[in-house]
Amino acid sequence: MDRKIWLMSPAVFLLLCFCVVPLFIMVYYSFLSDGTGGHWTVQNYMDFFQKDIYLKLTWKTVKMSFYVTVISLLISYPMAYVMVSIIQGGKNMLLMAIIIPFWTSQLVRAYSWQNLLRDGGLLEIGLRKLHLIGSGPLGLMFTSTAVIIAMVHIFFPYMVITIYMSLEKVDGALVEASKSLKAGPLTTFRRIVLPLSKPGIISGCILVFVPSLGVFVEPRILGGTQGTVIGTVIEDQFFEIYGWNFGAAVSFILLAIILLSMAVLSRFAKEEA
Amino acid sequence: MAYLEINRLTKSFHGNRVLDRIDISLEKGTFLSLLGPSGCGKTTTMRMVAGFESQDEGTISIGGQSIDSLPPYKRNIGMVFQSYALFPHMSVAQNVAYGLEQQRLSRGDIRKEVANALEMVQLTGYEQRKPKQLSGGQQQRVALARALVTKPSLLLLDESLSALDKNLRSAMQIELRMIQKEIGITTIFVTHDQEEAMTLSDCIAVMRAGRIEQIGSPHEVYERPANTFVAGFVGQSNFLKGALEEVGEGRARLVLGNGNSLFVPFTATGSAYPQGTETILSVRPEKIRLTRDTSAQTGMKGTIKFITYVGSTFTYLVEALGQELKVQRQNDSNDHSFRQGEDVWLAWNAEHQTLLAE
Repeated sequence: MDRKIWLMSPAVFLLLCFCVVPLFIMVYYSFLSDGTGGHWTVQNYMDFFQKDIYLKLTWKTVKMSFYVTVISLLISYPMAYVMVSIIQGGKNMLLMAIIIPFWTSQLVRAYSWQNLLRDGGLLEIGLRKLHLIGSGPLGLMFTSTAVIIAMVHIFFPYMVITIYMSLEKVDGALVEASKSLKAGPLTTFRRIVLPLSKPGIISGCILVFVPSLGVFVEPRILGGTQGTVIGTVIEDQFFEIYGWNFGAAVSFILLAIILLSMAVLSRFAKEEA
Repeated sequence: MAYLEINRLTKSFHGNRVLDRIDISLEKGTFLSLLGPSGCGKTTTMRMVAGFESQDEGTISIGGQSIDSLPPYKRNIGMVFQSYALFPHMSVAQNVAYGLEQQRLSRGDIRKEVANALEMVQLTGYEQRKPKQLSGGQQQRVALARALVTKPSLLLLDESLSALDKNLRSAMQIELRMIQKEIGITTIFVTHDQEEAMTLSDCIAVMRAGRIEQIGSPHEVYERPANTFVAGFVGQSNFLKGALEEVGEGRARLVLGNGNSLFVPFTATGSAYPQGTETILSVRPEKIRLTRDTSAQTGMKGTIKFITYVGSTFTYLVEALGQELKVQRQNDSNDHSFRQGEDVWLAWNAEHQTLLAE
């Protein structure tokens, strides 16, 4: 065997110690009846599927992630398109502007949104100054809408960057070739640019949808009573209720949903490649 | 009015004039090459015809119709790109059908036209392949079929053969020219390869720094270059710069810049070249005869400095009167018995030299 393979050993060691082993410990917990003891059982999983509330929360989480993904896509595609095709200089500055918020804690960003969205907050003041709303409170805080707004803000940069990269790879000569073959700008976009940027759209969707499924900070801070999602259920089980066994079971159900959605999206990408 | 009329086409980028009053008029069915070094404006000219660039001044019309205000997709111009620009996510058949679909033809007609076009470029049976499954030559053919299938009024070829290896390239040159003649489409071909331009064209426009230096048939451009640039870019040339003195019957004395002089053959009337006219005499390497007989009326004596053997020809580098001249001889005679360091006489006929002003 090639001796170079040993170069991988530090990474493999890290992965084994801090990812695979803990994962198996969690699997082990999820089949125990009580804490680190008790007997073997599948009751934790049964609980999840037998209680209506968890299925509803799952559906709600999936729906919310779906909205976040679609809104991110609608914002990101035009932005990436403009960055690639129109703006000559300053592309790097724009990319930096998109990336810089990454370096801010998710928690800080969630609290910033709270200041913007709350009744009497900046958004309300601004809208009132523009006479776009009446004198009543904004009523945006502690709703699913507030959660979705903040999540879009946090996740859409992944989408911009992946779409930007795939659009940048589209050869300008292909666009010109399409036009020389009598296709107008719209047809050229629909039949050449869009299909060729599909890999970027798919990976962008995966990068937004998957973390959205497990999110718990934003729902907690901005969602109020509306903010219960699978992510917060898991967090509660581990940190509030100390129901590690049930929490672990829910985690693996979430993991299954994530793997399933990735499989579906990847199949989408392969279809025409 | 000619079929394609380009009038005083001018363009500047950031204050740099890249095209300066380009005039071209082409009859229908003509194959024109825009030939020149990179940055001479040949590609810009073609992109303006295609509608991908807009001119600052000047007009372009095809068949008497101005196309200046039309976007590329309304110009009815077929183009083969340097990189071929085949749509990678579409099959060969889909690529070729693309332009026809924009014309809203019926499915049956599209299938028939695609089949015909692929037959023309000898790619029947490759319909379902993707571009990346094809060789360079095959991609080239698909690009050509795709550009021609919509029956455009003009075909543009952007250095389209330069990516192919030498043998395939000359095969494609012949094929391209045959197809072009068969369907009689007016064609503009952009190239920096003078040999390719000579092989393919009815007409060559030699460009430099945004201007057309000379436009004419390959024969005219080669045999009667307008200036030293054309003479040096299209084929090779020897230049002798000097002043004409003692213009007489059949010959004239050319006094070179370094003070040396020689008699050159001369048939023009003396009135066109008064005593002392500054001129650059241009003569092609293959037009110079080498002899050991030094008693000729015109020509010059020189010493062979170096001999290059390339199979079909010999190239001699000869030093004569303080100048270096290239002489090329076919490998068919006893000429190659010349040795390095040997003294020889160089001579040529009046009809093989060109007197240039610059």
